[in-house]
Amino acid sequence: MTVPAIRVSGVAKHFGSVCALDGVDLEIAGGEFFGLLGPNGAGKTTLISALAGLVRPDAGRLEVMGHDVQADYRGARRLLGVVPQELVFDPFFSVRETLRIQSGYFGIRGNDDWIDEILHNLDLTAKADANMRALSGGMKRRVLVAQALVHRPPVIVLDEPTAGVDVELRQGLWRFIRRLNEDGHTIVLTTHYLEEAESECARIAMMKAGRIIALDTTANLLQRFGSETLSLEEVFVRVMNA
Amino acid sequence: MIGFWTLFSKEVLRFWKVGFQTIAAPVLTAMLYLLIFAHVLEDHVRVHGLPYTAFLVPGLVMMSILQNAFANSSSSLIQSKVTGSIVFVLLPPLSYRVFWAAYVLAAVARGLVVGVGVLAVTAWFADLHFVAPGWILAFALFGGAILGTLGVVAGIWADKFDQLAAFQNFLIMPLTFLSGVFYSIHSLPAFWQQVSTYNPVFYMIDGFRYGFFGVSDVSPWTSLAVVGVCFALLAALTLALLQRGYKLRM
Repeated sequence: MTVPAIRVSGVAKHFGSVCALDGVDLEIAGGEFFGLLGPNGAGKTTLISALAGLVRPDAGRLEVMGHDVQADYRGARRLLGVVPQELVFDPFFSVRETLRIQSGYFGIRGNDDWIDEILHNLDLTAKADANMRALSGGMKRRVLVAQALVHRPPVIVLDEPTAGVDVELRQGLWRFIRRLNEDGHTIVLTTHYLEEAESECARIAMMKAGRIIALDTTANLLQRFGSETLSLEEVFVRVMNA
Repeated sequence: MIGFWTLFSKEVLRFWKVGFQTIAAPVLTAMLYLLIFAHVLEDHVRVHGLPYTAFLVPGLVMMSILQNAFANSSSSLIQSKVTGSIVFVLLPPLSYRVFWAAYVLAAVARGLVVGVGVLAVTAWFADLHFVAPGWILAFALFGGAILGTLGVVAGIWADKFDQLAAFQNFLIMPLTFLSGVFYSIHSLPAFWQQVSTYNPVFYMIDGFRYGFFGVSDVSPWTSLAVVGVCFALLAALTLALLQRGYKLRM
């Protein structure tokens, strides 16, 4: 039996009286390009954070390629690359230093060939020696993507990767992500740009109030409301209001 | 091991890149203390039979080691938490032990760099001896590690810079200033002598000074035992907090 890239079983999480995740079950197969959609506060980022070990669930189990994210956190984290939603950076270092440091955290030395390739694909080569403070918001966002890829993770989670990135750079980013997916990487994407999810994702889950309320292939979701083919945005609105 | 070395190197590089603030400034501050106190007291006070300036120098060196070890780990962590960049350390497969060891050793490194700097500029003003260098090194390392660990606790606990400042100003500063840096506790009234013996920083300073002159308020073995037990307890507490993910993993 093939081990799924991600398996989420009965995961619940409360922050005080707020229920962020309410018994979420989800399986994502290896090599999928998967979309996780929902309004603000639906639980997408909490679910991703639980997968990354940043949030400890009250109940349930999460696995990355069969490795439990709590019991075998080292195994799970080596296989996972996460692009966080917030535009965070360490102001003391240059882009290349940032990526070398991130490689080292994953136990990798002498990673410059791969770092150069990532920098090239994300159009950051010219900024390799620039301090992180000197970069524009879009460039900082691309460095976040680069940081998630330094250890060549088979499972990549992108939490709103194109927020604040201009159109041209966004297209370049998607070309690179698509290529990674074609090379066998599993991609999990959250975004508020539903046209991106529609064009990139083969399967989509929609979350609301900590629960998955729709889960299907993108094609099936677009046909969900009768014979009329809707845009993903129209489907999303109807599902959320149902 | 590469993960530990990377985090340790990154923390060292972080304070090295802003060396004016993290190394030169505390060296200058210690120098000013020496100039002022030595000017006022040199001709009037002898402690343990030593000229006051000679007595003061080891205390200032150790105080600088302790305060800067604390400042390094605490400021790095609070800054990472406030900016959100702590996520880069939390996402990789670094164990909580590696996390603790790297932050504490980097704190010790900064403490030692500042301590050596303070010694280098203040040694010109006093006739220093190094009768037991092993004690000097032992107390410098233990003291730096204790305050570095306390810095990890403070950095994790504090949510805002002013909370960290409160920790620093209302706990670390009084503990270091009232520890015998500027005086021997034998010059205090009996009650305050007794109170001073409950301050672990007193034993760090006293044992460190013993390494220079071979004289101290209490036996260096007593100081080493107190400092060793404090380190073990604080390290155990900190490791337990990190293992639970206290304020780092929700």
